Amino acid sequence: MVRNRTHELLNDIAFLGPAVIFFTMIVVASFFLGIYYAFTDWNGISLTANWVGLENFRTIFTDDRQVGYSALFTLRLTITAVILSNTIGLGLALIVTRAIKFANGFRAIFFLPNVIGGIILGFVWRFIFTGAFPSLSRIIPLQFFQLPWLGDAFTGFWAIIIVFTWRTTGYLMVIYIASILAIDDALIESAQIDGASGVQMFSRIILPLIAPAITICLFLMLSWSTKIFDVIFSLTRGGPFKSTEAFALNIYFEAFQANNYGLGSAKAILFFVVVGIATLVQVSITKRWEIES
Amino acid sequence: MSSAADRYNPTRTLVLTVVATIAAVIFLAPFYFVAINSVKIYGDILRNAAAFPRTFQVQNYIIGFRTSNFLRAFGNSLFITSISIVFMVFLGAIAAWRMVRRPHWFSKLLFSLFVVAMVIPFQSVMIPLMRIARMFDLLNSRNGLIVIYLGLGMPFTAFLLHGFARTVPLELEESAYLDGASTIRIFVSIVLPLLKSMLATVTILQAFWIWNDFLLPLLILFDDRLQTIPIAIFGFFGQYTDQWDYALATLMMGITPIVVFFLFMQRFIIRGVIAGSLKG
Repeated sequence: MVRNRTHELLNDIAFLGPAVIFFTMIVVASFFLGIYYAFTDWNGISLTANWVGLENFRTIFTDDRQVGYSALFTLRLTITAVILSNTIGLGLALIVTRAIKFANGFRAIFFLPNVIGGIILGFVWRFIFTGAFPSLSRIIPLQFFQLPWLGDAFTGFWAIIIVFTWRTTGYLMVIYIASILAIDDALIESAQIDGASGVQMFSRIILPLIAPAITICLFLMLSWSTKIFDVIFSLTRGGPFKSTEAFALNIYFEAFQANNYGLGSAKAILFFVVVGIATLVQVSITKRWEIES
Repeated sequence: MSSAADRYNPTRTLVLTVVATIAAVIFLAPFYFVAINSVKIYGDILRNAAAFPRTFQVQNYIIGFRTSNFLRAFGNSLFITSISIVFMVFLGAIAAWRMVRRPHWFSKLLFSLFVVAMVIPFQSVMIPLMRIARMFDLLNSRNGLIVIYLGLGMPFTAFLLHGFARTVPLELEESAYLDGASTIRIFVSIVLPLLKSMLATVTILQAFWIWNDFLLPLLILFDDRLQTIPIAIFGFFGQYTDQWDYALATLMMGITPIVVFFLFMQRFIIRGVIAGSLKG
């Protein structure tokens, strides 16, 4: 029996050990070290960091205007992107699951942008906005092509939304397709026999039945949008004049450009808390809605 | 859902096909513009980006290929992605299986920590991570970067495989155990084959992440010789700001490998995305 217990313990160490070591060393250690740094003035280089108490948090809430702007920008971006991507993704899923030709081809095309990295996609669109659009506007005189796309805060915001929606929609569509295909044909047919209209069919039958997929897609979009970095970094670098600097970029610049590692850590902790709460709230609300419908 | 009634409605099918086609054209347009302009001379790009190329400037590709050191970046990306994945998936699988089979307090604690860790944004740990990386000598090294990926990717990997390991029937393992097989033997010869489709899912999801990841390699690798594809492309753009002829050719080179991979593995990848999301 004793031998058996040592045996099990050895197996625990052998099987769980490696995962625990890598996870602890990288994630757990960083997380707690980050909390410590949030209360210091560490500059990233010196070996010592001075304890400054709540000073960094005071700076964030009173002195730093940009961080508030970045938070609000991320919020606006998140709300817009979550709504747009899910609406278009669900719309495309509904179209592709109808008996149209080349459904698999369409599905692949809509998914395609998702497999390419955000940095590359951002550069692709920088060319579209600054190279292709001005050129197109000479052939097709649409105001849409003449806007200063990456040149001011308003158009910059929408430029990011366009790229990000284009990138994420296909992924959500794939999840919606799987969920729509899982709906029992008999339900749809009996509703049709009962004379349900297209709108009724969608709101009373399809929507409630794909509720779990909606929860997943809202969750994914929420977590991708709040953390958005790559696309903005290559598209606008947060400019012009920091007007498209999302929260993740703000943390990056604070730490690695201004060398305020302590202040950056404080922002990083706040970022985690806000993202964590937002995610929890979203999941619990949509879960409740899932059960009700 | 492709119910009988839909198929008998040719008008609606036509309308939907047209809508889908328009959407597809919009989705593909950016790639089209990058592709046609990547073979033009600079003046032609500025003059009319929409026009079909009059020339075929192989030169753009040659210069882009050399300046960005594309082959080296490709090799680095391939090395870092494949080695990370092999270790991550194997270590994640043995941990997940152990957590399922021996659900003692430590397994439960570890599992909850993994779930919490999945919500932590990378930007929330990246600053102290630089300190940890320096402490363990992981900076400016491909192996160091791999070690960091193992840590960051472990929660999601183990979480997904945990959900799947629960469905592996216990009876098979028990009879092998009674036959005197060691735990590792049982895992390799019985459990691993049963987990195969889920291992593929995890591999695909994590491989896309690592292959396309930008910020972590940017922070960890300083040496040009260690650059991955996203870093090489970023560096190229930093040097040749809006020098579109070479830049677009380089972008095409960055896009091509992953798109080819996607087209060949399409069914597999989409199945992986669905399986991964439904669990997560």
